[in-house]
Amino acid sequence: MSTPYLSLAIWVPIVAGIVVLFFSRERDANFARWLALIGAVAGFLVTIPLYLYFDTTTPAMQFVEYADWIPRFDIHYHLGVDGISVLFVILNSFVTVLVVWAGWEVIQVRVAQYMAAFLIMSGLMNAVFSALDGILFYLVFEAMLIPMYLIIGVWGGPNRVYAALKFFLYTIFGSLLMLVALIYLYSVSETFEILAWYKVPLALSTQILLWVAFFLAFAVKVPMWPIHTWLPDAHVEAPTGGSVVLAAITLKIGAYGFVRFILPILPDASRYLSGFVIALSLIAIVYIGFVAIVQADMKKLVAYSSISHMGFVTLGFFMFSVLGIEGGLAQMLSHGFVSAAMFLCIGVMYDRVHSRQITDYGGVVNTMPKFAAFMMLFAMANAGLPGTSGFVGEFLVILAAVKVNFWIGFGAAVSLILGAAYTLWMYKRVIFGEVANENVAKMKDIGSREFWLLGIIALAVLFMGVWPKPFIDVMHTSVTELLTVVGRSKL
Amino acid sequence: MLGQLNYWAALPEIVILAAASLILLIDLFVPEDRKYVTYWLTQLTLLVATCVTLTTLRATTIHGYNGMVVDDMLADFLRISCFIAVSLMLFYSRSYMAARGLLRGDVLVLTLFSLLGMQVMITGSNFLTLYLGLELMSLSLYALVAAQRDHPRGAEASMKYFVLSALASGMLLYGLSMLYGTTGSLDLDTVARAVFGHHESPLLMTFGLVFVVSGLAFKLALVPYHMWVPDVFDGAPTSVTLLIATAPDIAAFAMTLRILSGAMQGAAFDWQGMLIVLCVLSMVLGNLIAIAQVNIKRMLAYSTIANMGYMALGFLTANRYGFSAALFYIIAYVLTSLASWGIVLLLSRQGFEADRLDDFKGLNARSPWWAFMMLLVMFSLAGLPPTLGFYAKFVVIEAAINDGFVWLAVIAVVMSLIGAFYYLRVVKLMYFDAPVDTAPITVRGDTAVTLSVNGLLLLILGVLPQQLIGLCAIVLTQSNFP
Repeated sequence: MSTPYLSLAIWVPIVAGIVVLFFSRERDANFARWLALIGAVAGFLVTIPLYLYFDTTTPAMQFVEYADWIPRFDIHYHLGVDGISVLFVILNSFVTVLVVWAGWEVIQVRVAQYMAAFLIMSGLMNAVFSALDGILFYLVFEAMLIPMYLIIGVWGGPNRVYAALKFFLYTIFGSLLMLVALIYLYSVSETFEILAWYKVPLALSTQILLWVAFFLAFAVKVPMWPIHTWLPDAHVEAPTGGSVVLAAITLKIGAYGFVRFILPILPDASRYLSGFVIALSLIAIVYIGFVAIVQADMKKLVAYSSISHMGFVTLGFFMFSVLGIEGGLAQMLSHGFVSAAMFLCIGVMYDRVHSRQITDYGGVVNTMPKFAAFMMLFAMANAGLPGTSGFVGEFLVILAAVKVNFWIGFGAAVSLILGAAYTLWMYKRVIFGEVANENVAKMKDIGSREFWLLGIIALAVLFMGVWPKPFIDVMHTSVTELLTVVGRSKL
Repeated sequence: MLGQLNYWAALPEIVILAAASLILLIDLFVPEDRKYVTYWLTQLTLLVATCVTLTTLRATTIHGYNGMVVDDMLADFLRISCFIAVSLMLFYSRSYMAARGLLRGDVLVLTLFSLLGMQVMITGSNFLTLYLGLELMSLSLYALVAAQRDHPRGAEASMKYFVLSALASGMLLYGLSMLYGTTGSLDLDTVARAVFGHHESPLLMTFGLVFVVSGLAFKLALVPYHMWVPDVFDGAPTSVTLLIATAPDIAAFAMTLRILSGAMQGAAFDWQGMLIVLCVLSMVLGNLIAIAQVNIKRMLAYSTIANMGYMALGFLTANRYGFSAALFYIIAYVLTSLASWGIVLLLSRQGFEADRLDDFKGLNARSPWWAFMMLLVMFSLAGLPPTLGFYAKFVVIEAAINDGFVWLAVIAVVMSLIGAFYYLRVVKLMYFDAPVDTAPITVRGDTAVTLSVNGLLLLILGVLPQQLIGLCAIVLTQSNFP
């Protein structure tokens, strides 16, 4: 039997988290930090073979692991990745390393619990992306809420309790209806295999009901307008690491649900309701873009920009074309890097001044030139400048949209202007100009830890922007296969 | 078969009865400062009874005492569950009882007698046996609720419990008499055959069934027969609350199963409709009212009501599939409930009850381990993976959907969303707030070990529930439930 890389990707971080929790004392925080970093790096290393040994010529699931788990309900421990999910497993493990590293000096209370929460979260999210059994998916999809709830609530800002609860209740509301849908599919098909559900015939009325249940679960996670209101609160109150994971990975799980469940299992309902999703996506892209412009809080601004960017993803998916879906997936990856970097940048400033208000800053470039350079790059990527990763996805999606309907493409393209407006205007107010006040004058430029942290992401952003082929190649076969599945009517 | 005495069918009951009587005598000679002797004798009794049950375990069904009791797999399984529940209850409440002068021979013996009553409810195969078991259990519990003689609230709770419970017993007995009138027998199997003989239920039988279901619903704490639960849970000493909230649920489940399925399966259509109403009301009201509680004992009381509603969701499908789901639910619930009350007991000390929600503030700072245990309990009660509570909810919802009750399943999940709110509030208090009470938490070694095992089981069985799910299915198959 071959090496179970996926199990390793899931269990190495979880076990590392448990070890950190049990073997470190509150006094000896450094021990916990190093242990966590070793765990996170090990967790990342085991995912590298997933890319190296990945066969881009087949749409089938790879690195498959299959074991009986609860035979009574035909539930299996069934893991596997295809071109759609494999990159997110790697991205997630990569971001975990960054997050552990980013919390190095910032987190001073309950360090072990903080690190453990992120490691366990990371393992669970890897499981979400590789689960091929409905119940296994649901199990980790929900279990993931517990560490995030604690992360926001324990290490968050002043209004953390409200934000944590809102985050939890919104997400669980959506996912509970999904549980009913999963069990319903089981009662129809006698199996919890996700791939088997792709072939189950379903009447349109049934499909629409199931579609609504799944849609609520994933749309809350994405989040789509108008059920996005938990995200700004959660982002603002979460510690930097929490915001990074939320934006970079958790949101992607919602979008991933669309391509793994909604499109292939309910193709007819998806086509039937595609106008609805496109409308919501365009509202997210345009309206939320305007909302982002007027934000006074930097984290809130980036949170709203995330919603707007994720609108591109859902828009791309419901174009039902290779370009659209690949564009959506590329946008997910890019947003994983860019939003993580933006939140880290805000975290860097917050650590020094303890404020996220744009008006408390000004002229940061005078005291932190290196930092300003990095943030410039990420701001450009966030605005979708060609040459950065942000451009790839948006361009592909707009291209796909224009092919379907010029005005949809036009609406989406407007967001490039809006994106530039809110990101660069914020950048201008924070970074350029005269030194605004004493706090800014006292800011020290980034140290080597922060330099490397941002540097690695900057490389990734540029690499994907200049040469997206390695990423797109991995997806291509699976996306084509997905479209044939979606093209088949189930009626 | 029938007409035989078969002493062995009731061997565990004989053991408990003999031991309870012996302990009552021995306790007279145990000096006041050595009451732990009585305590350990009680624990030993439970251990012996468990071993006896295990050694007489058979796959076949045996009737005893001229058909008054039945010894099947279900009986053995539930007996052992009750033994474990009562034993854990004693472990958890040892310090609590000692600090309040409750570690007395009479309290322990009454506990054993209530256990005996539960066993009779589990094994009864005749309306009268079942009723006698119910009364034996209830009478012992009334006395236990008032065990702290100088506590007016305990006395009040006991009185309330007694009056309401007597009313419910009256209803049950009245209903059973009508069933006797229509079927001509008190024996469950005979009644079952008579009921199947009718093409449609005679009015008198349906009428009797209403009373029977009402009486049973009282014992199961289903809305609208739930009024006693919060008051009794709150007024009783926490150790007694722990006893009332756990093992009797198992016994009440067994009795409901024996009467509704064992005898009245032929009239399933009638009681199904009644249970749907009770189930929906319990899930809705239990969860909604729990939100408003500031007292953890009352909150857990409403949580019990809501959880019994979920159990009924599995039960009302009226097939073996649903019964095994309900059985799994009740076992999972009792295990979770044991741990929840165990932690409430853990935080109380001499002169301090830890019964307000605010007493849980900052528990993570005081003791990360017990906070984690309580976190597991709360997530299990809320039905979130990866805890046992998730699979409990999963199996009942699955059973309901499988039987075509998709709308009930939707109500169930929406209500569990509301439930998640108040369970999360406890987690919030423990993890996000600063401690108000900074007294160190002292735990006896045996309590710490048993409670930790219990808490971790919620997680372990949450990841690997197959054995328990399978066991619940086998038990019902072997016991010939339809």
